[in-house]
Amino acid sequence: MTAAAERTAVEQGAEDILAVARAQVLERGEGLTEQQVLAVLRLSDDRLTELLQLAHEVRMRWCGPEVEVEGIVSVKTGGCPEDCHFCSQSGRFPTPVRAAWLDIPGLVEAAKQTAATGATEFCIVAAVRGPDKRLLSQVKAGIEAIRAAGLDINIACSLGMLTQQQVDELVAMGVHRYNHNLETARSHFPQVVTTHSWEERWDTLRMVREAGMEVCCGGIIGMGESIEQRAEFAVQLAELGPHEVPMNFLIPQPGTPYEDYPVVAGSEALKTVAAFRLAMPRTMLRFAGGRELTLGDLGAEQGMLGGINAIIVGNYLTNLGRPAEQDLRMLDDLRMPIKALNETL
Amino acid sequence: MNEGFCGWCGKPGAEGDHATCRQRLSSIDPPRYCTSCARRMVVQITPSGWTARCSRHGTFRPGVSGPAAGAPPDPAKAGPAGDPTLSLA
Ligand code: SF4
Ligand SMILES: [Zn+2]
Ligand SMILES: [Zn+2]
Repeated sequence: MTAAAERTAVEQGAEDILAVARAQVLERGEGLTEQQVLAVLRLSDDRLTELLQLAHEVRMRWCGPEVEVEGIVSVKTGGCPEDCHFCSQSGRFPTPVRAAWLDIPGLVEAAKQTAATGATEFCIVAAVRGPDKRLLSQVKAGIEAIRAAGLDINIACSLGMLTQQQVDELVAMGVHRYNHNLETARSHFPQVVTTHSWEERWDTLRMVREAGMEVCCGGIIGMGESIEQRAEFAVQLAELGPHEVPMNFLIPQPGTPYEDYPVVAGSEALKTVAAFRLAMPRTMLRFAGGRELTLGDLGAEQGMLGGINAIIVGNYLTNLGRPAEQDLRMLDDLRMPIKALNETL
Repeated sequence: MNEGFCGWCGKPGAEGDHATCRQRLSSIDPPRYCTSCARRMVVQITPSGWTARCSRHGTFRPGVSGPAAGAPPDPAKAGPAGDPTLSLA
Protein backbone atom coordinates (compact mmCIF):
# COMPACT_ATOMS: atom_id res chain seq x y z
CA MET A 1 0.00 0.00 0.00
CA THR A 2 1.28 3.48 -0.76
CA ALA A 3 1.77 6.00 2.04
CA ALA A 4 -1.24 7.99 0.85
CA ALA A 5 -3.40 4.87 0.68
CA GLU A 6 -2.30 3.92 4.20
CA ARG A 7 -3.36 7.28 5.54
CA THR A 8 -6.72 7.02 3.79
CA ALA A 9 -7.27 3.50 5.15
CA VAL A 10 -6.78 4.69 8.71
CA GLU A 11 -8.87 7.75 8.19
CA GLN A 12 -11.67 5.43 7.08
CA GLY A 13 -11.07 3.14 10.02
CA ALA A 14 -10.09 0.22 7.79
CA GLU A 15 -6.64 -0.42 9.24
CA ASP A 16 -5.18 -0.50 12.70
CA ILE A 17 -3.65 2.87 13.48
CA LEU A 18 -0.70 1.47 15.39
CA ALA A 19 0.24 -0.83 12.50
CA VAL A 20 0.10 2.14 10.17
CA ALA A 21 2.05 4.35 12.56
CA ARG A 22 4.74 1.69 12.81
CA ALA A 23 5.29 1.79 9.06
CA GLN A 24 4.73 5.49 8.54
CA VAL A 25 6.36 7.07 11.59
CA LEU A 26 8.81 4.51 12.91
CA GLU A 27 10.10 3.26 9.57
CA ARG A 28 9.78 6.32 7.39
CA GLY A 29 9.86 9.16 9.93
CA GLU A 30 6.67 10.77 8.64
CA GLY A 31 4.45 12.26 11.34
CA LEU A 32 0.80 11.29 11.64
CA THR A 33 -1.92 13.40 10.05
CA GLU A 34 -4.65 15.05 12.10
CA GLN A 35 -7.12 12.19 11.47
CA GLN A 36 -4.47 9.66 12.36
CA VAL A 37 -3.59 11.47 15.59
CA LEU A 38 -7.28 11.47 16.42
CA ALA A 39 -7.43 7.71 15.82
CA VAL A 40 -4.55 7.31 18.29
CA LEU A 41 -6.26 9.49 20.89
CA ARG A 42 -9.39 7.37 20.51
CA LEU A 43 -7.59 4.09 21.22
CA SER A 44 -8.97 2.28 24.22
CA ASP A 45 -6.91 2.16 27.40
CA ASP A 46 -6.11 -1.51 26.88
CA ARG A 47 -3.88 -0.49 23.97
CA LEU A 48 -1.99 2.12 25.98
CA THR A 49 1.05 -0.06 26.67
CA GLU A 50 1.39 -0.92 23.00
CA LEU A 51 1.02 2.75 22.06
CA LEU A 52 3.64 3.94 24.55
CA GLN A 53 6.03 1.25 23.37
CA LEU A 54 5.71 2.40 19.78
CA ALA A 55 6.11 6.06 20.74
CA HIS A 56 9.25 5.12 22.66
CA GLU A 57 10.66 3.26 19.68
CA VAL A 58 9.97 6.26 17.49
CA ARG A 59 11.71 8.58 19.94
CA MET A 60 14.74 6.25 20.17
CA ARG A 61 14.95 5.85 16.43
CA TRP A 62 14.54 9.49 15.40
CA CYS A 63 15.88 11.37 18.46
CA GLY A 64 18.09 8.90 20.32
CA PRO A 65 18.36 8.03 24.00
CA GLU A 66 19.58 11.41 25.33
CA VAL A 67 17.32 13.53 27.48
CA GLU A 68 17.61 17.31 27.55
CA VAL A 69 17.36 18.70 31.06
CA GLU A 70 16.25 22.27 31.69
CA GLY A 71 15.61 24.55 34.64
CA ILE A 72 13.37 27.61 34.57
CA VAL A 73 12.85 30.68 36.69
CA SER A 74 10.46 33.59 36.74
CA VAL A 75 12.15 37.02 36.77
CA LYS A 76 8.88 38.89 36.80
CA THR A 77 5.98 37.13 38.44
CA GLY A 78 2.29 38.05 38.39
CA GLY A 79 0.49 41.21 37.38
CA CYS A 80 0.24 40.26 33.71
CA PRO A 81 -2.32 42.29 31.72
CA GLU A 82 -3.37 39.30 29.61
CA ASP A 83 -6.29 37.02 30.44
CA CYS A 84 -5.08 33.49 29.70
CA HIS A 85 -7.75 31.61 31.66
CA PHE A 86 -5.40 28.97 33.03
CA CYS A 87 -2.86 31.41 34.42
CA SER A 88 -2.45 32.41 38.05
CA GLN A 89 -0.21 35.28 36.95
CA SER A 90 -2.90 37.17 35.11
CA GLY A 91 -3.68 40.42 36.91
CA ARG A 92 -7.29 40.09 35.77
CA PHE A 93 -8.21 37.23 38.08
CA PRO A 94 -8.40 37.17 41.89
CA THR A 95 -5.54 34.69 42.34
CA PRO A 96 -3.26 34.57 45.38
CA VAL A 97 -0.16 35.28 43.27
CA ARG A 98 1.39 38.67 44.06
CA ALA A 99 3.71 40.53 41.71
CA ALA A 100 7.44 39.99 42.30
CA TRP A 101 10.72 40.75 40.53
CA LEU A 102 13.80 38.60 40.87
CA ASP A 103 17.02 40.61 41.19
CA ILE A 104 20.24 39.81 39.33
CA PRO A 105 21.95 37.91 42.20
CA GLY A 106 18.76 35.86 42.55
CA LEU A 107 18.79 35.10 38.84
CA VAL A 108 22.43 34.02 38.93
CA GLU A 109 21.68 31.82 41.93
CA ALA A 110 18.80 30.20 40.04
CA ALA A 111 21.10 29.55 37.07
CA LYS A 112 23.63 27.97 39.44
CA GLN A 113 20.94 25.73 40.94
CA THR A 114 20.01 24.65 37.43
CA ALA A 115 23.57 24.06 36.25
CA ALA A 116 24.24 21.98 39.37
CA THR A 117 21.69 19.41 38.16
CA GLY A 118 23.63 18.83 34.94
CA ALA A 119 21.01 20.72 32.94
CA THR A 120 22.13 22.32 29.70
CA GLU A 121 19.26 24.80 29.44
CA PHE A 122 18.22 27.66 31.67
CA CYS A 123 15.07 29.52 30.71
CA ILE A 124 14.35 33.03 31.97
CA VAL A 125 10.62 33.69 32.04
CA ALA A 126 8.51 36.81 32.63
CA ALA A 127 4.76 37.22 33.04
CA VAL A 128 4.17 39.94 30.47
CA ARG A 129 2.32 40.52 27.23
CA GLY A 130 5.68 41.43 25.76
CA PRO A 131 8.92 42.81 27.20
CA ASP A 132 9.45 46.52 27.85
CA LYS A 133 12.83 48.28 27.98
CA ARG A 134 13.19 47.70 31.72
CA LEU A 135 12.63 43.95 31.41
CA LEU A 136 14.95 43.58 28.44
CA SER A 137 17.73 45.45 30.21
CA GLN A 138 17.18 43.29 33.31
CA VAL A 139 17.46 40.16 31.16
CA LYS A 140 20.56 41.50 29.42
CA ALA A 141 22.23 42.29 32.75
CA GLY A 142 21.18 38.88 34.06
CA ILE A 143 22.69 37.03 31.13
CA GLU A 144 25.93 38.99 31.49
CA ALA A 145 26.05 38.16 35.19
CA ILE A 146 25.44 34.46 34.51
CA ARG A 147 28.29 34.47 32.00
CA ALA A 148 30.53 36.43 34.37
CA ALA A 149 29.87 33.77 37.02
CA GLY A 150 31.39 31.24 34.61
CA LEU A 151 28.23 29.20 34.19
CA ASP A 152 28.36 27.13 31.05
CA ILE A 153 24.70 26.72 30.22
CA ASN A 154 22.49 27.62 27.26
CA ILE A 155 20.14 30.48 27.95
CA ALA A 156 16.59 30.54 26.70
CA CYS A 157 13.95 33.20 27.28
CA SER A 158 10.19 33.37 27.45
CA LEU A 159 9.11 37.00 27.53
CA GLY A 160 5.84 37.03 25.63
CA MET A 161 5.18 38.55 22.24
CA LEU A 162 8.09 40.31 20.54
CA THR A 163 8.71 43.00 17.98
CA GLN A 164 11.37 42.41 15.33
CA GLN A 165 13.70 44.77 17.18
CA GLN A 166 13.29 42.83 20.40
CA VAL A 167 13.96 39.57 18.57
CA ASP A 168 17.19 41.07 17.26
CA GLU A 169 18.15 42.29 20.74
CA LEU A 170 17.70 38.82 22.20
CA VAL A 171 19.84 37.30 19.45
CA ALA A 172 22.53 39.86 20.22
CA MET A 173 22.38 38.88 23.91
CA GLY A 174 23.17 35.29 22.95
CA VAL A 175 19.74 33.84 23.71
CA HIS A 176 19.74 30.60 21.77
CA ARG A 177 16.13 29.49 22.17
CA TYR A 178 12.85 31.32 22.67
CA ASN A 179 9.77 29.84 24.27
CA HIS A 180 6.37 31.06 23.23
CA ASN A 181 3.53 28.61 23.57
CA LEU A 182 0.56 28.49 21.23
CA GLU A 183 -1.11 26.89 24.28
CA THR A 184 -3.91 25.06 22.47
CA ALA A 185 -5.51 24.38 19.10
CA ARG A 186 -6.20 27.44 17.01
CA SER A 187 -9.93 26.67 17.09
CA HIS A 188 -9.95 26.57 20.91
CA PHE A 189 -7.66 29.52 21.58
CA PRO A 190 -10.41 32.19 21.69
CA GLN A 191 -12.04 30.26 24.55
CA VAL A 192 -8.79 30.42 26.51
CA VAL A 193 -7.44 33.90 25.76
CA THR A 194 -9.31 37.00 24.60
CA THR A 195 -6.65 39.71 24.98
CA HIS A 196 -4.52 38.53 22.09
CA SER A 197 -4.81 36.05 19.26
CA TRP A 198 -3.25 32.76 18.29
CA GLU A 199 -2.06 34.47 15.11
CA GLU A 200 -0.19 37.12 17.10
CA ARG A 201 1.64 34.35 18.91
CA TRP A 202 2.39 32.66 15.60
CA ASP A 203 3.92 35.93 14.29
CA THR A 204 6.37 36.05 17.18
CA LEU A 205 7.34 32.43 16.54
CA ARG A 206 7.93 33.18 12.87
CA MET A 207 10.23 36.11 13.68
CA VAL A 208 12.11 34.04 16.25
CA ARG A 209 12.71 31.29 13.72
CA GLU A 210 13.77 33.67 10.96
CA ALA A 211 16.26 35.30 13.31
CA GLY A 212 17.96 31.95 13.85
CA MET A 213 16.89 31.23 17.42
CA GLU A 214 15.57 27.79 18.24
CA VAL A 215 11.80 27.76 18.59
CA CYS A 216 10.24 26.25 21.71
CA CYS A 217 6.48 26.05 21.46
CA GLY A 218 3.95 23.87 23.20
CA GLY A 219 0.87 24.17 25.30
CA ILE A 220 -1.41 22.87 27.99
CA ILE A 221 -3.62 19.82 27.82
CA GLY A 222 -6.87 19.82 29.80
CA MET A 223 -8.29 23.29 29.16
CA GLY A 224 -11.67 22.10 27.97
CA GLU A 225 -10.48 21.28 24.46
CA SER A 226 -12.09 18.36 22.67
CA ILE A 227 -10.15 15.32 21.65
CA GLU A 228 -10.44 16.52 18.06
CA GLN A 229 -8.85 19.81 19.11
CA ARG A 230 -5.96 17.92 20.72
CA ALA A 231 -5.34 16.26 17.36
CA GLU A 232 -5.66 19.63 15.64
CA PHE A 233 -3.12 21.14 18.02
CA ALA A 234 -0.62 18.31 17.46
CA VAL A 235 -0.58 18.87 13.70
CA GLN A 236 -0.51 22.65 14.04
CA LEU A 237 2.61 22.27 16.13
CA ALA A 238 4.03 19.82 13.62
CA GLU A 239 3.39 22.37 10.90
CA LEU A 240 5.28 25.01 12.90
CA GLY A 241 8.15 22.52 13.25
CA PRO A 242 9.55 23.75 16.58
CA HIS A 243 12.82 22.51 17.95
CA GLU A 244 11.07 21.73 21.20
CA VAL A 245 7.50 21.18 22.37
CA PRO A 246 6.88 21.53 26.11
CA MET A 247 3.81 19.59 27.21
CA ASN A 248 1.95 20.90 30.24
CA PHE A 249 -1.12 19.45 31.88
CA LEU A 250 -3.54 21.90 33.44
CA ILE A 251 -3.00 22.66 37.10
CA PRO A 252 -6.31 24.20 38.16
CA GLN A 253 -5.20 27.46 39.77
CA PRO A 254 -7.34 29.06 42.46
CA GLY A 255 -9.00 32.29 41.36
CA THR A 256 -8.70 31.57 37.62
CA PRO A 257 -11.67 30.70 35.41
CA TYR A 258 -10.31 27.14 35.26
CA GLU A 259 -9.95 26.64 39.01
CA ASP A 260 -12.58 23.88 39.06
CA TYR A 261 -11.49 22.08 35.91
CA PRO A 262 -10.66 18.45 36.51
CA VAL A 263 -7.07 17.26 36.38
CA VAL A 264 -6.38 15.27 33.19
CA ALA A 265 -6.52 11.53 33.82
CA GLY A 266 -3.14 9.80 33.74
CA SER A 267 -3.99 7.45 30.85
CA GLU A 268 -5.32 10.34 28.79
CA ALA A 269 -2.17 12.36 29.45
CA LEU A 270 0.07 9.46 28.42
CA LYS A 271 -1.99 8.85 25.30
CA THR A 272 -1.59 12.52 24.38
CA VAL A 273 2.17 12.38 24.93
CA ALA A 274 2.47 9.35 22.67
CA ALA A 275 0.17 10.84 20.03
CA PHE A 276 2.23 14.04 19.94
CA ARG A 277 5.37 11.95 19.54
CA LEU A 278 3.81 10.13 16.60
CA ALA A 279 2.85 13.48 15.06
CA MET A 280 6.37 14.89 15.58
CA PRO A 281 8.90 12.05 15.42
CA ARG A 282 11.99 14.29 15.42
CA THR A 283 10.94 17.06 17.80
CA MET A 284 12.16 17.37 21.35
CA LEU A 285 9.14 16.64 23.53
CA ARG A 286 9.46 18.00 27.03
CA PHE A 287 7.60 17.13 30.19
CA ALA A 288 6.71 20.49 31.73
CA GLY A 289 4.19 21.62 34.35
CA GLY A 290 1.39 19.52 35.76
CA ARG A 291 2.96 16.09 35.37
CA GLU A 292 3.29 15.70 39.13
CA LEU A 293 -0.45 16.20 39.62
CA THR A 294 -1.60 14.31 36.55
CA LEU A 295 0.84 11.43 36.39
CA GLY A 296 2.60 11.08 39.73
CA ASP A 297 5.93 9.25 39.94
CA LEU A 298 4.92 6.14 38.05
CA GLY A 299 3.31 8.07 35.22
CA ALA A 300 6.42 10.22 34.83
CA GLU A 301 8.42 7.08 34.11
CA GLN A 302 5.80 5.82 31.72
CA GLY A 303 5.97 9.14 29.88
CA MET A 304 9.76 8.89 29.61
CA LEU A 305 9.18 5.47 28.08
CA GLY A 306 6.35 6.74 25.91
CA GLY A 307 7.86 9.47 23.73
CA ILE A 308 9.22 12.15 26.05
CA ASN A 309 12.89 13.05 25.64
CA ALA A 310 13.30 16.25 27.67
CA ILE A 311 12.28 17.42 31.12
CA ILE A 312 12.10 20.49 33.27
CA VAL A 313 13.70 19.60 36.58
CA GLY A 314 13.09 21.28 39.89
CA ASN A 315 10.44 23.92 40.42
CA TYR A 316 8.32 25.74 37.88
CA LEU A 317 7.22 29.38 37.82
CA THR A 318 4.39 29.40 40.33
CA ASN A 319 4.27 25.72 41.24
CA LEU A 320 6.76 23.33 42.75
CA GLY A 321 8.12 20.28 40.96
CA ARG A 322 9.53 17.19 42.55
CA PRO A 323 13.18 17.48 43.61
CA ALA A 324 15.61 17.49 40.68
CA GLU A 325 17.53 14.59 42.26
CA GLN A 326 14.46 12.40 41.95
CA ASP A 327 14.19 13.03 38.21
CA LEU A 328 17.91 12.55 37.71
CA ARG A 329 17.70 9.23 39.56
CA MET A 330 14.80 8.23 37.36
CA LEU A 331 16.83 8.95 34.20
CA ASP A 332 19.69 6.97 35.63
CA ASP A 333 17.42 4.03 36.41
CA LEU A 334 16.01 4.19 32.90
CA ARG A 335 19.55 4.34 31.48
CA MET A 336 18.79 7.54 29.64
CA PRO A 337 21.87 9.78 29.42
CA ILE A 338 21.51 13.51 30.00
CA LYS A 339 22.25 15.45 26.86
CA ALA A 340 25.59 17.22 27.05
CA LEU A 341 26.10 20.87 26.18
CA ASN A 342 26.53 21.66 22.47
CA GLU A 343 25.07 18.37 21.40
CA THR A 344 22.06 18.74 19.16
CA LEU A 345 19.25 16.29 19.59
CA MET B 1 -3.53 22.85 63.48
CA ASN B 2 -1.60 25.31 65.58
CA GLU B 3 -1.78 28.26 63.19
CA GLY B 4 -4.48 30.80 62.61
CA PHE B 5 -4.82 30.60 58.84
CA CYS B 6 -4.39 28.16 55.99
CA GLY B 7 -1.27 28.87 53.92
CA TRP B 8 -3.02 27.75 50.74
CA CYS B 9 -6.51 29.30 50.82
CA GLY B 10 -5.97 31.97 53.49
CA LYS B 11 -9.11 31.03 55.42
CA PRO B 12 -9.12 30.35 59.17
CA GLY B 13 -7.56 26.97 59.78
CA ALA B 14 -10.23 25.99 62.26
CA GLU B 15 -13.06 26.59 59.81
CA GLY B 16 -13.97 24.33 56.92
CA ASP B 17 -12.15 21.52 55.25
CA HIS B 18 -8.54 22.09 54.17
CA ALA B 19 -7.85 18.64 52.78
CA THR B 20 -7.27 19.93 49.24
CA CYS B 21 -5.14 22.76 50.61
CA ARG B 22 -2.95 20.30 52.51
CA GLN B 23 -2.63 18.09 49.48
CA ARG B 24 -1.58 20.98 47.22
CA LEU B 25 0.87 22.37 49.81
CA SER B 26 2.50 19.00 50.25
CA SER B 27 2.92 18.47 46.52
CA ILE B 28 2.99 21.36 44.07
CA ASP B 29 2.27 24.66 45.78
CA PRO B 30 4.26 27.00 48.00
CA PRO B 31 2.25 28.82 50.68
CA ARG B 32 0.56 31.96 49.39
CA TYR B 33 -0.97 33.27 52.63
CA CYS B 34 0.70 34.01 55.91
CA THR B 35 -0.49 31.53 58.50
CA SER B 36 -0.44 34.21 61.20
CA CYS B 37 -2.30 37.05 59.54
CA ALA B 38 -3.65 35.67 56.22
CA ARG B 39 -1.95 38.42 54.23
CA ARG B 40 -1.08 37.40 50.67
CA MET B 41 2.66 36.89 50.59
CA VAL B 42 5.19 37.78 47.89
CA VAL B 43 6.43 34.40 46.71
CA GLN B 44 9.55 33.78 44.66
CA ILE B 45 10.17 30.29 43.38
CA THR B 46 13.59 29.20 42.17
CA PRO B 47 14.59 25.85 40.63
CA SER B 48 15.43 24.36 44.02
CA GLY B 49 13.56 26.44 46.56
CA TRP B 50 11.15 29.24 47.35
CA THR B 51 10.68 32.17 49.67
CA ALA B 52 7.37 33.64 50.81
CA ARG B 53 7.43 37.06 52.42
CA CYS B 54 4.75 38.50 54.67
CA SER B 55 5.13 42.25 55.12
CA ARG B 56 4.35 41.82 58.83
CA HIS B 57 5.81 38.45 59.77
CA GLY B 58 8.94 38.01 57.71
CA THR B 59 10.13 35.46 55.21
CA PHE B 60 9.21 31.78 55.11
CA ARG B 61 11.41 29.16 53.50
CA PRO B 62 10.92 25.45 53.05
CA GLY B 63 11.70 23.45 56.15
CA VAL B 64 12.59 26.40 58.40
CA SER B 65 10.74 26.42 61.70
CA GLY B 66 10.50 30.17 62.05
CA PRO B 67 10.59 33.31 59.94
CA ALA B 68 13.94 33.47 58.21
CA ALA B 69 14.01 37.26 58.37
CA GLY B 70 13.20 39.63 61.21
CA ALA B 71 13.00 38.81 64.89
CA PRO B 72 13.01 35.22 66.06
CA PRO B 73 9.53 33.86 66.63
CA ASP B 74 8.02 34.28 70.04
CA PRO B 75 6.81 30.82 71.01
CA ALA B 76 4.15 32.36 73.21
CA LYS B 77 2.46 33.85 70.15
CA ALA B 78 0.97 32.06 67.22
CA GLY B 79 3.85 32.98 64.88
CA PRO B 80 4.26 31.51 61.41
CA ALA B 81 5.64 28.02 61.43
CA GLY B 82 8.09 28.83 58.67
CA ASP B 83 6.97 25.80 56.76
CA PRO B 84 3.26 26.30 56.35
CA THR B 85 3.14 22.92 54.67
CA LEU B 86 3.86 21.38 58.02
CA SER B 87 1.71 23.81 59.88
CA LEU B 88 -1.33 22.34 58.20
CA ALA B 89 -0.48 18.75 58.95
S1 SF4 C 1 0.60 36.10 28.83
FE1 SF4 C 1 1.66 34.52 30.07
S2 SF4 C 1 1.82 35.38 32.14
FE2 SF4 C 1 0.31 36.61 31.02
S3 SF4 C 1 -1.67 35.72 31.57
FE3 SF4 C 1 -0.99 34.73 29.63
S4 SF4 C 1 0.13 32.89 30.27
FE4 SF4 C 1 -0.08 34.22 32.10
ZN1 LIG D 1 -7.20 25.96 53.19
ZN1 LIG E 1 1.76 37.63 58.34
